[in-house]
Amino acid sequence: MKKIEAIIREEKLEPVRKALEDVGYFGMTVSEVSGRGRQGGIPLQWRVGEYRVEFLPKLKVEVVVMDEDVAPALGAITRTARTGEIGDGKIFIIPVEDAVRIRTGDSGGNAV
Amino acid sequence: MPIVAADTAWVLVSSAMVMLMTPGVALFYGGMVRRKNFLSTMMMSFAALGLVGLLWVLYGYSLSFGPDRAGIMGGLDFIALAGVGQNPSPVYASTIPHLAFMIFQAMFAIITVALITGAVVERIKFSALLLFSALWLTFVYCPVAHWVWGNGGWLARIGALDFAGGTVVHIASGVSALALAIVLGPRRGFREGEPMEPGNIPMVAIGAGILWFGWFGFNAGSALTSGGLAASAFVATNISAAAAAFTWMMLGWAHRRPTLLGVATGAVAGLVAITPAAGFVSPIMGIPIGIGAAVLCYYCMLFRMKHGIDESLDVWAVHGMGGTWGALATGIFATVAVNSAGADGLLYGNPEQVLLQAAGIASVWAFAFGATWVLGKVVDRIIGLRVSATEETVGLDISQHGERAYGGQLR
Repeated sequence: MKKIEAIIREEKLEPVRKALEDVGYFGMTVSEVSGRGRQGGIPLQWRVGEYRVEFLPKLKVEVVVMDEDVAPALGAITRTARTGEIGDGKIFIIPVEDAVRIRTGDSGGNAV
Repeated sequence: MPIVAADTAWVLVSSAMVMLMTPGVALFYGGMVRRKNFLSTMMMSFAALGLVGLLWVLYGYSLSFGPDRAGIMGGLDFIALAGVGQNPSPVYASTIPHLAFMIFQAMFAIITVALITGAVVERIKFSALLLFSALWLTFVYCPVAHWVWGNGGWLARIGALDFAGGTVVHIASGVSALALAIVLGPRRGFREGEPMEPGNIPMVAIGAGILWFGWFGFNAGSALTSGGLAASAFVATNISAAAAAFTWMMLGWAHRRPTLLGVATGAVAGLVAITPAAGFVSPIMGIPIGIGAAVLCYYCMLFRMKHGIDESLDVWAVHGMGGTWGALATGIFATVAVNSAGADGLLYGNPEQVLLQAAGIASVWAFAFGATWVLGKVVDRIIGLRVSATEETVGLDISQHGERAYGGQLR
């Protein structure tokens, strides 16, 4: 079992959600995060002059899938979240020990 | 002279409008600080409404407008509003109740104290600010108001013009803000270039809008009559605000982008600059006065930042320098054709008026800066001006007031 943690552009959430759904992954957790990669920050305007904001708003999408499903889920995200410009984000794949569905108590593969 | 109902109604409405400017300042400043200091910044203005609202009726009005003592201060005759009643004052505003004139002036004292707070946000100890505010009202505002507007005040006597408070309100607050910021020192991280991102620019814009609205009471109300002069000051006020807002927007655009924060700041700069001139100049002169204010204040703000002075919300650049330009501009553009109680300025063949205005500017600059410096040091010695490093890092909302602006979660 693996957790796919994708840091994506805010405006890419809808395409990513739809692409994941199309390949059969309905469950996901989305949070507002801020961070930076090689893109760095951006300059914003003060009353006169400007200042830099070093961390930019992004969304973090978390999906837990079985090992054999990692490739198609990954493909759905990279295909839809990509613009080709700096700032498209990153994906991390993390091993997951177990999962439990609270309602039924099911665990493992039945829970994701 | 009998009381004139229209004049009384206008001055009372104007007083209420000027009162609303102080919550306007609270929003204008509050939106410009970091989110952790939003409430504490607003609190500084609301505290002035409470504190100065009391001190003014107890003794502030008397020290400012009581019978003259040597051109320097008013006497104590009006302590706790003694003798200030429904009949007109014999020397101020002869067609409205003395009480109406008194409360109109109260709102000026309140907002002037509130304006200074922009210099010291995000790091001043609340108790120290309260003590400073009381001392500043007593030892800076009251004398300066008497010099300029008191019957027998020395600047009034030599003929320096200030229609609605360019020197009394804006130079006094702006220059004092600079002095107090220097005594207090910068915010943690300011010198290191930490970004101090405005927490809520829409609030700044709403605050500027309330200020613009209230300023019609401030300037047109200062006619103290309801008629042609009030209308002239009203129109001059709007023209200058519009000219300055537009100019600031274009300056920002030339640099990079036209910003809402810039338009809001420009409007305030234009309103400041027209304040001393509003009832002495032909309204169309609001155009050069407003454009001049925007350009001057814009570059003063850049100058202030370049020199690493944490006069945090630019009270000096906008009010101090905008007021200075406005007071000088009054000496250039004034004409008795608008107000027979005024004077002709440079453009109307009286260059001497510029010198009189300069005398007013120089004396209020020197006095406000010096006295505020001393008062700041005194308060620092008695209770300490600054919060602790931890309190500053946590934010003044929590550390000084035990409240937060953005609370309330779903759980």
